[in-house]
Amino acid sequence: MIGIVGYGGYIPRFRIKVEEIAAVWGANANSFKKGLNIEEKSVPSMDEDTATISVEAALNALKMAGIDPKDIGAIYIGSESHPYAVKPTSTIVGEAIGCGMEYTSADTEFACKAGTAGIQMVMGLIQGGYIKFGLAIGSDTAQSKPGDALEYTAAAGGAAFIIGKDGIVAELEGTYSCSSDTPDFWRRDTVEYPSHGGRFTGIPAYFKHTISATKGLMEKLSLKNSDFDFIVFHMPNGKFPLNAAKMLGFDANKLTPGFVVKKIGNTYSGSSLLGLAATLDIAKPGQRILITSYGSGAGSDAFSIKVTDLIEEKRQNAKKVQDYIDNKEYVTYARYTRLRRGI
Amino acid sequence: MGHESSIPLFWRLIKPRYQLIGTKCTTCGNIFYPPKYLCPVCRKEGKLEDIKLKKTGKIITFSIVRSAPSGFEKEAPYPVAIIELDDGPKLTSQIVDWKEEDLKIGRRVEACFRRIYTDGKEGIINYGLKFRPI
Amino acid sequence: MKVAIIGIGSTNFGEHWDQNLRQLAIEAGSKAILDANIRGRDLDAIYLGNMSAGRFVGQEHVAAMISGELGLSIPAVRVEGACASGGLALRQGLFSILSGQHDIVLVGGAEKMTDLMTDGVTSSLMGAADQEWESYYGVTFPSLYAMIARRHMHEFGTTREQMAKVAVKNHHNGTLNPVAQFKKEITVEQVLNSTMVADPLTLFDCSPITDGAAALILCKAELAKKYVDDPVYIVGSGQASDTLALHDRKSLTTLDATVKAAQEAYKQTGLTPKDIDLAEVHDCFTIAEIVATEDLGFCKKGEGGKLLDENATAIGGRIPINTSGGLKAVGHPVGATGIKQAVEMVLQLRGKAGKRQVKDAKTGLIHNVGGSGATAVVHIFSR
Repeated sequence: MIGIVGYGGYIPRFRIKVEEIAAVWGANANSFKKGLNIEEKSVPSMDEDTATISVEAALNALKMAGIDPKDIGAIYIGSESHPYAVKPTSTIVGEAIGCGMEYTSADTEFACKAGTAGIQMVMGLIQGGYIKFGLAIGSDTAQSKPGDALEYTAAAGGAAFIIGKDGIVAELEGTYSCSSDTPDFWRRDTVEYPSHGGRFTGIPAYFKHTISATKGLMEKLSLKNSDFDFIVFHMPNGKFPLNAAKMLGFDANKLTPGFVVKKIGNTYSGSSLLGLAATLDIAKPGQRILITSYGSGAGSDAFSIKVTDLIEEKRQNAKKVQDYIDNKEYVTYARYTRLRRGI
Repeated sequence: MGHESSIPLFWRLIKPRYQLIGTKCTTCGNIFYPPKYLCPVCRKEGKLEDIKLKKTGKIITFSIVRSAPSGFEKEAPYPVAIIELDDGPKLTSQIVDWKEEDLKIGRRVEACFRRIYTDGKEGIINYGLKFRPI
Repeated sequence: MKVAIIGIGSTNFGEHWDQNLRQLAIEAGSKAILDANIRGRDLDAIYLGNMSAGRFVGQEHVAAMISGELGLSIPAVRVEGACASGGLALRQGLFSILSGQHDIVLVGGAEKMTDLMTDGVTSSLMGAADQEWESYYGVTFPSLYAMIARRHMHEFGTTREQMAKVAVKNHHNGTLNPVAQFKKEITVEQVLNSTMVADPLTLFDCSPITDGAAALILCKAELAKKYVDDPVYIVGSGQASDTLALHDRKSLTTLDATVKAAQEAYKQTGLTPKDIDLAEVHDCFTIAEIVATEDLGFCKKGEGGKLLDENATAIGGRIPINTSGGLKAVGHPVGATGIKQAVEMVLQLRGKAGKRQVKDAKTGLIHNVGGSGATAVVHIFSR
């Protein structure tokens, strides 16, 4: 049985409210709050980046897993904001958490599903008998063009998952993915901010892949809606996941524990994984979670996860996602600009 | 205007800086962080081995740097402190995630992984441990 | 021991945009040679205190440079111990005479700091701290001494007002010193309200960035009267080291190196702090003067602040400290400071300190520190 041995999240402390951003651009805060279904987003400190966020999340995961970091045989870190274009984040993190030298690693990029892709890679290595434990992280410090709609949601955060066969707190029952060449949201090399196709990012992109992958997973594992206690979808805003749930016929309440976007924004590669971590923080043994990530460009990875008896004891050892959501300090737009652009 | 970050100089200290690994002398039992290459107490009788230290401690003195050295201008003002680790040794670093009332002698803190210095747009990024109040 | 100082020389201390390191050193050196009534060719060696010409002006090998500028080919050695470079150069010059190797030596200190911008100077000065474990984290010298100050306030109740009084006193003395960078009176309020540099130290708690040079001619005691009528003698010398990083020290409110260096000098001379008529101490920051007066034995540990409240360290006080104006008002061209202190002491003991003159000054002590206390050197002078 393969599953999650330990997991952990990290969200930087600063927050900026929708009202604060809207005021600067003379925009209607309420219509953005309603339209995006989001209140505020997380902002990283000047000295935080994808590597530092990944380390904090990984250390939480290690605390929960209770394993020797040297037993980690693979590290994959997925992000859209790796500190270097060439030089892996995964080795920085590997070094910081004490993995020694005997592991394989690589950085992945697939917009917001780079982290879940890493989970699948690690699952493969474990099932194949190549490694004992693998670490997969999805983490981002997302950038947005000032004045663009994305500014209200582009946030920072990450979650780490240690996968293995021993001491699992949640079983990875199965996974199903779909991918296609759909240019809904992209960033050319050396360009500072991403571009997107506006309304094209909806039906032909997010919804098509999220729904296909979810349906594909349920069919493959012969599961139906009622088999799942909780749902986590990628959260680019607070509306898309609710609509996806509706389209699939799921009860919206099942999204609630993992619905972190409202208070922290879209953490990109960290989004669905932080939602998963937050859900695992409250799930009971025997409960089943569906998580479907979505990465622009485009593709979705869906997983069915069943919580084991070990979770209640093991998750006491690490900080909860809610702890990070609650630990916050608001900043003004001026300070936000200084933090993000170092001016 | 920052300074050029020498790569080998930085790389050599990654392990002790990232993981808070100090040295312990098995002869006298003293623990040192930053790590020592020779036990200053025992000298030739000393035998040093690596020891991973607990990441918690307390502030024993602090200040706030307002006039920053080259490369740290964008971050000023930032607090610096001498922290006594629970395992004994004292070290110097910055305090992060702080409020006014956290800057107090005796305040408990824990290490966290942060960027220390970025060598311009092209150079390497120096990481290390800073401390946040707990 | 007994080694004579027969000549002194000093540039003005300040921002010398039109003078380079060479010019500053030559000016001080030439003045000292003239003051000693010797010729350049009488010199046997040069000892030059300079902390960081390499970082400030991209120049190493500076002692040889000066000897060349003077048209001499004598042994020339640069001595470095951060801000104690001058005091260390003095001690090396002293030893060369005591050893019998040399009869007459030029001992100088020079630093050219203003060719870099403030952030560059701040960084370069951090070469005196632990590069890998202090400087790496963005620590600065003001913040290191600020941390000492905060501990001193915590352990002994020393106040910001007492520290401010150090600056006020030294600035007052500076108004009486023609070479001082700052010749203006200031008030405690001005000190407390000026820009915070590293809490709780404000701009006025910190010695400035300065260009300057000072020089001495040392000679064998027996030869002194051949050149001058009023030699002053170095009768004691002590030096000690401590851990480079402040966090490795046994105490954050005592500079053990100062205590040990002073003890050595007192022991050599058989003198005690009570026998000292005046002292030039290392006030790189106001708190440093307070700590120094304790560590040199002029008061009990923790009571350095009280000395300011009692006005005990003013020119007319029971133990005048920094009659020159200290590093605070004269300026702190790092490598030159230790020699500047000696120049002031010689003037005082010759009775030629003008309005700064301490009555009946017979025995004086100078104290020079490197970094946050990893080096300390103390000399005792006598008439």
